[in-house]
Amino acid sequence: MIKFKDYVRAQSLEEAYTLCQKKRNVVLGGMLWLKMQKRNAGTAIDLCDLGLNYIEETPEEFRIGAMTTLRQLEKHEGLNTLTHYAMEESVKHIVGVQFRNVATLGGSLFGRFGFSDVLTLFQVLDAKVELYHAGVMSVSEFAELPRKTRDILVQVIVAKKNAAVAYQSMRNTATDFPVLTCAVSYDGSICQCAVGARPAKAVAITDTQNLLKDGITARSAEAFAVWAADQFTYGSNIRGSEAYRKKICQVLVRRTLMEAAEKVESKSKELHNEMYREIHEEIHEEIHSEKKEI
Amino acid sequence: MEITMTLNGKSITASIEPDMLLLDFVRSRGCLSVKRGCETANCGLCTVLMDGVPVLSCSTLAARAAGHEVYTLEGLQDEAADFAVFVADQGAEQCGFCNPGFVMNTIALLRENPDPTDEEIKAYLAGNLCRCSGYEGQLRGIRAYLDQKKEKEG
Repeated sequence: MIKFKDYVRAQSLEEAYTLCQKKRNVVLGGMLWLKMQKRNAGTAIDLCDLGLNYIEETPEEFRIGAMTTLRQLEKHEGLNTLTHYAMEESVKHIVGVQFRNVATLGGSLFGRFGFSDVLTLFQVLDAKVELYHAGVMSVSEFAELPRKTRDILVQVIVAKKNAAVAYQSMRNTATDFPVLTCAVSYDGSICQCAVGARPAKAVAITDTQNLLKDGITARSAEAFAVWAADQFTYGSNIRGSEAYRKKICQVLVRRTLMEAAEKVESKSKELHNEMYREIHEEIHEEIHSEKKEI
Repeated sequence: MEITMTLNGKSITASIEPDMLLLDFVRSRGCLSVKRGCETANCGLCTVLMDGVPVLSCSTLAARAAGHEVYTLEGLQDEAADFAVFVADQGAEQCGFCNPGFVMNTIALLRENPDPTDEEIKAYLAGNLCRCSGYEGQLRGIRAYLDQKKEKEG
């Protein structure tokens, strides 16, 4: 287990940032993965007093503090409505409730882990990351930062966009690390697709070949999945070989696309029903007021 | 370093090492129901309630728990006794090592969702591993407890 010489609850972001410039010091997230390391660290910098455990909603976006737990993401109605419950799906398979009550969004993203279910979904949400020193940048840019970057992740900003979002993962065993993860967002014209646990960190691609220009159908989804599977690189580990992951990728991308398409369809049905209900109510009111006048 | 927390309803102050885990802290205070199992944050044997929320004490620093309220099974005997009998009735306990973790997480589940479906029970307890029983006994036990409770409440 990792050993610490000292423990500090930072009282400001500046204090946390200054402390984390020392190579031996470590910023704590949930400490679940960090704990597994075998090394002697200097100071453990705890952000738990900085009020970074929040999910705020504005008309344009959600702002999620770095110390928000995965369980809070899983249970948040607003985020789940925005993502058609892809948020819940992306974290609910991670070990257990007690684990997700400890694991933080900041820790999950900052590690840019190869196995991260969390990074995969945020890659397609047009999310931005706010770092204390480096400022605001897209999740994709953030994912490419060098691992030795010494900064404090303050919050993640998710814009409210009108798109269907779906998330699927493949696991050998329930609650285990995923063999592959896939997230898709589709707004009727632009499709973003991220694949993670390859076992490298998740990256997103868009439909540059216009394979989905006429919408998502069983045929176009298959064509996109075949093309998409060729765009990613894969590796082998104890959970699956490179070739296996590539095969799984085609299936997972196709299924996730079809799920997103179903969500688009059910959303348009909902809108249609709502419109119909409103028109019906208006007519009813008009008839009622005419009757009164008569 | 010195910390103060509430453990099983009592405020305690103690001197600890900066990297002491909450698991080791509560065990050093006589709460031996909290078990060291996998040490990889997977088995749920070390579950305690921190501010009412189930967490893994094997992955939480004692220093982080300072200022919070921590409960182990030792402090929740009455609440646990209600349904532990039903779990025992089903022969769900074999070696019993996983049982305190299961009980703690079931308490958290029933506080959060007093009338869970079987699927909700399975999902909530997915982070509690048992190498003896195959989980069916625990599920039957919780179900029997809930059915009996419903019957009593009429």
